[in-house]
Amino acid sequence: MLELNFDPAKCAACETQDCLVKCQYLHLDKDKARTEMQKIIDGEDSFVLRDCVTCYACEEYCKMGNHPFYLIVERQEEKGILPAPRPIATMWVNQTGPRGRFTVGKVQERALSFCFIPQFLFMVTGKLFDGIASSYIYGEEFFCNAVFLHYAKMSVIKDRLPKVIENIKNLGIKELICLHDECYGTFNSLAPAYGMEVPFKTTHYFEYLYNRLKELKDEIKPLNVKVAYQRPCSNRLSPQTQHFVDDIFNLIGVHRVKREYVGENALCCAEVIRMGQGYKIADDVQKRNLDDMVNAGAEYCVFNCPFCQLNIGEKVAKRGIKPIHIIDLCKMAIGEKLASEV
Amino acid sequence: MTDYTKQIHRCFRCGYCKFPSDYSDFNCPSYARFRFDTYSTSGRLWLIYAWLKGEIEWSEHLAEILYSCTACKNCVEQCPMKFSSDIVDWIVAARSDMMEKEKGRIPPAVTSFLEDVYRLGNPLKERGKRDAWADGIKRYQPGDEYLFYVGCLGSYDEYGQRMARSVARLLGEAGISFGILGNEENCCGNEVYLLGENELFGMLVEKNVQKFKELGVKKIVTLSPHAYNAIKNNYPPVSNAYFEVYHYTQLLRGLLRENKIKPSQYKAKVTYHDPCFLGRYNQIYDEPREILQSIPGIELVEMERSRENSFCCGGGSGNFVTDLLGGSKESPSRIRVREAYETGANILAVACPSCMTMLQDAVKVEELEDKLAVKDISQIAAESL
Amino acid sequence: MTDIYKSLVEIIGEEHVSNQKEERYFYGRDPGLTPPHEPDYVVMPETSEEVQQIVKLANREKIPIVPKGGGLALTGLVIPQKGGIVIDMKRMAKILEVNETSRYVIVEGGVTHGMLQNYLKKHHPKLRHSIPDSPAIATVVGNAVIHGQGRLTQQYGFNSDMVSGLEVVLPTGEICRIGSHSISSQDWFSKGAPWPDLSGLFLGWFGTTGIITKLGLRLYPCKKIRDVMVFLTDKIELVPDIILKLTHTEMTEDIVVNEQPLPPRFKGNIYILIIITGDSDEELDFKRKIIWDALWDLFESRDGGFLSVPADMKPPLLEMPSRDVVRFADVRKGGGFEYSGPIIPLEKYPEFIAKQKELVSKYNLSYAATSRVIAGGHCMMYAFAFTFNRADPDEMDRIRKALREAAQFTVAQGGMMWKPTIEEQEMIMEKMDPNTLKIMKKIKALLDPNGIMNPGNWEAQ
Repeated sequence: MLELNFDPAKCAACETQDCLVKCQYLHLDKDKARTEMQKIIDGEDSFVLRDCVTCYACEEYCKMGNHPFYLIVERQEEKGILPAPRPIATMWVNQTGPRGRFTVGKVQERALSFCFIPQFLFMVTGKLFDGIASSYIYGEEFFCNAVFLHYAKMSVIKDRLPKVIENIKNLGIKELICLHDECYGTFNSLAPAYGMEVPFKTTHYFEYLYNRLKELKDEIKPLNVKVAYQRPCSNRLSPQTQHFVDDIFNLIGVHRVKREYVGENALCCAEVIRMGQGYKIADDVQKRNLDDMVNAGAEYCVFNCPFCQLNIGEKVAKRGIKPIHIIDLCKMAIGEKLASEV
Repeated sequence: MTDYTKQIHRCFRCGYCKFPSDYSDFNCPSYARFRFDTYSTSGRLWLIYAWLKGEIEWSEHLAEILYSCTACKNCVEQCPMKFSSDIVDWIVAARSDMMEKEKGRIPPAVTSFLEDVYRLGNPLKERGKRDAWADGIKRYQPGDEYLFYVGCLGSYDEYGQRMARSVARLLGEAGISFGILGNEENCCGNEVYLLGENELFGMLVEKNVQKFKELGVKKIVTLSPHAYNAIKNNYPPVSNAYFEVYHYTQLLRGLLRENKIKPSQYKAKVTYHDPCFLGRYNQIYDEPREILQSIPGIELVEMERSRENSFCCGGGSGNFVTDLLGGSKESPSRIRVREAYETGANILAVACPSCMTMLQDAVKVEELEDKLAVKDISQIAAESL
Repeated sequence: MTDIYKSLVEIIGEEHVSNQKEERYFYGRDPGLTPPHEPDYVVMPETSEEVQQIVKLANREKIPIVPKGGGLALTGLVIPQKGGIVIDMKRMAKILEVNETSRYVIVEGGVTHGMLQNYLKKHHPKLRHSIPDSPAIATVVGNAVIHGQGRLTQQYGFNSDMVSGLEVVLPTGEICRIGSHSISSQDWFSKGAPWPDLSGLFLGWFGTTGIITKLGLRLYPCKKIRDVMVFLTDKIELVPDIILKLTHTEMTEDIVVNEQPLPPRFKGNIYILIIITGDSDEELDFKRKIIWDALWDLFESRDGGFLSVPADMKPPLLEMPSRDVVRFADVRKGGGFEYSGPIIPLEKYPEFIAKQKELVSKYNLSYAATSRVIAGGHCMMYAFAFTFNRADPDEMDRIRKALREAAQFTVAQGGMMWKPTIEEQEMIMEKMDPNTLKIMKKIKALLDPNGIMNPGNWEAQ
């Protein structure tokens, strides 16, 4: 039985209660935050459980590494609190259930994970992925399952994730390059939080891209464009990877515009919020996010997560900003055709 | 492709195969010509299935329906089902099956086509020298970069010969090292393959590949998209030999980009007809257009049905000889020429000698000779030099 | 004795007449489950006058006639039960006129929905028609004759309700003008009202009372943008209420309710597709909010919710006609599908879904349950749809049985079978009020004294 590595003493010792104080949606002062957090720890009811928009940010805000968000999810599930309509959770459970068949390329010890995102099947081309493009895993059997954090279904994660890890291990993979940010967060934050051993190295695709770009340095033509970066919710689970965004941008001559909603204060794409909390909050978040990009003078909005791009890419484009995935941005820098152009 | 006999029943006869993507008109050449549902792909597939089950017997009419398909692949493009990419292959496989089982009962025009290829090396009943058109054109020597594969229409058909000469001229102007096989060239077999005569096709492949290998050919540039398609896609499974094959428009585009050919002003309003074996078969849509657009003075206008929705001229599957779709104002080539005329263009540009011959004849029948000239892209480029 | 073939050739030319086995084979079948019956001739006229002459010939010689459009009803309605002449109407393919002010189009009897859509997009982009989900080759007339439904049915009723006039060749050979243009040759703005609505003598009769050679069809405003919202619920019993709430907003175009076991993401839920249209983003945003608010109670209770549809998943949902519909035919890798699509009141939806699941389990079948809301929710079309492998006679037989039971259930529930098979027509007529049935018999006898028009259909015993 997998248990969350949560230590109440850490919360008791915490001086800032950043998890809830910094929350962009609940606006609690320190005292209120402490009170509500204690209720959650004690298994009592708290409005936090109901009003949480599941943006994952408190995982990052917690300086004690004590997994406040995972605890919230556990409590929601215990109490039958649904952060999103029940049928939508059902859809996710059914859509991603293991099917007993693998969709893989010619898997080597070093392999790419496409998670369950079909876009990667077409995006992974060209020199950036020379020698590794065909070494991939894709589909339900390799799905990180972290999405169930949005649906108070930690039980599904606990049930499926060990098998996913086993599947990857059994393919002989020693290093998994995670093209989906959320997979990396799963293996480096969520799995360890539950004591799940991850018997292979995981590399964030940012790091892979950065190293590969360094190898292709001579082919880089600086893009000289101004961009805004759309940080996904999942990156809250692995904030240590954020610097790669700037590293890559510096390498390919991309200027990151100065934004209000950046880093810890980033706004997510808000479509999960729409499905869970409704259109008012989601519209407000998206308006502030996009206004911020426009006001900062961004020419491009660079996406990390293909779902974010599918969700708000059109809205971004309507505001006169070109949506592009970071992989495609890197392709542009080395003069290659984008997935959409091929 | 899986065994067609186990798959062909999957056709739902939904009829999307009759249309282009925007439903602007009927886009299946044999259906447009005859209008009985039996002449569309779904009709054909259902009748083949009926023949397999013994529910209908072979007849002249069944044969006519079967061979009136030009294999243009509009149905492949439009069919919404997972098996769509196999549809024309099924029809070809069925032809091949029927040829074996119903010996001697295929349409006389088709028999004649195949016999002529077998006996004369071309389907045009030409007995003269294949290289009679090619005065001054170098024969391929080992070490030449490209074999310029001319094909039957390029060698014998009046319009085809003009095309062959202009391609040769352009390659020469650009300093490309090439040669032709001349009299030693054989039919590429593309239509033979589509008509289902596997044995004859195998013979042609063997002969051609042997000749290519003897001469150390590595790169081939073809006049006709039919030959391009055959050598690129249908030879390797039979011969295991690999050659780098190009259609001349692919090379010509490169030559223009590299300034090896310098066209000057050529004032014309041009509309381009995508040939099936370049377009739907091999996704080559941009190169011919880029060539036209890089010639100063040319205004390129598109027909409503263009690119993957191009309406077949009706020449494929040997129909440029067998003419099973002729004889009506609803013959595909006449429909296409009227469509080209409606764009206001004064030149209908083609990139295929089969399209050339079909559309030239149609322009005459439609009495548009003074208004619409049919020209090959290589001729336009050569004339602009 | 008249040489029928020769007579037909004299009317329309040899190229457009066939008595060959191949045409008889193909035109004697449809993609559904009805057993084949081959015609003796297949003809393709180009004008109303040619149709008239064929009908007169058939009347003289007492030969059955079956007019055929796309042949996609799937319930065997254009399979010639008694042989005779199948008239493939698709050569009569002219779009004759569009009146932008009165918003109607006049089409010939063989104009396809696909071509009409294309024509309007190109020449009258502010106008659209109610296109069904049948493949694009379905004809406007054929679809109207079977009271088909389309993308505008939720707003404006059956596609036949949108008819604005007819030209009909009667079984006895006269050409009749039905509607406003019966007194004014130009104006096709009404099919009957405010006078006795004679269109009712032809719509829904499956060609047994005459052949429609021209049809006027209402057109509607075509907005610049179409978008889709998807509402999910796992409680079947809530569906009628959801539809009532949605239709109350008067903000929606099409509303389609789907329930199917596969692919896995569908399992356990009802998917309600809501199409919205607008001329601006503001208009659509407004409509989205109204629709959200209409279902807010269900959202708050967590019994239902709106699924954010990613950009790449919208085109197949918005496509017109929807090609996904025909893909259902290949689920069993066998090119077959047939459905019984009764018209039912909203509140019966849960019972019909329950019946479908019972049939699926009893006969071990692959299914989809699709329903389309009609005329603001006054009723809906519920489809017992089953897909089969054409090479599996046992599966086809099980579906026939399932459809028969579905039909019996529909009759028992008071539902109205849509485009009923001959067997279903008999069930309907058996249960029908005897005096109502008498009227139908009288009309048929009056209009078709020789019983040549699509015999076997609507034949009361």
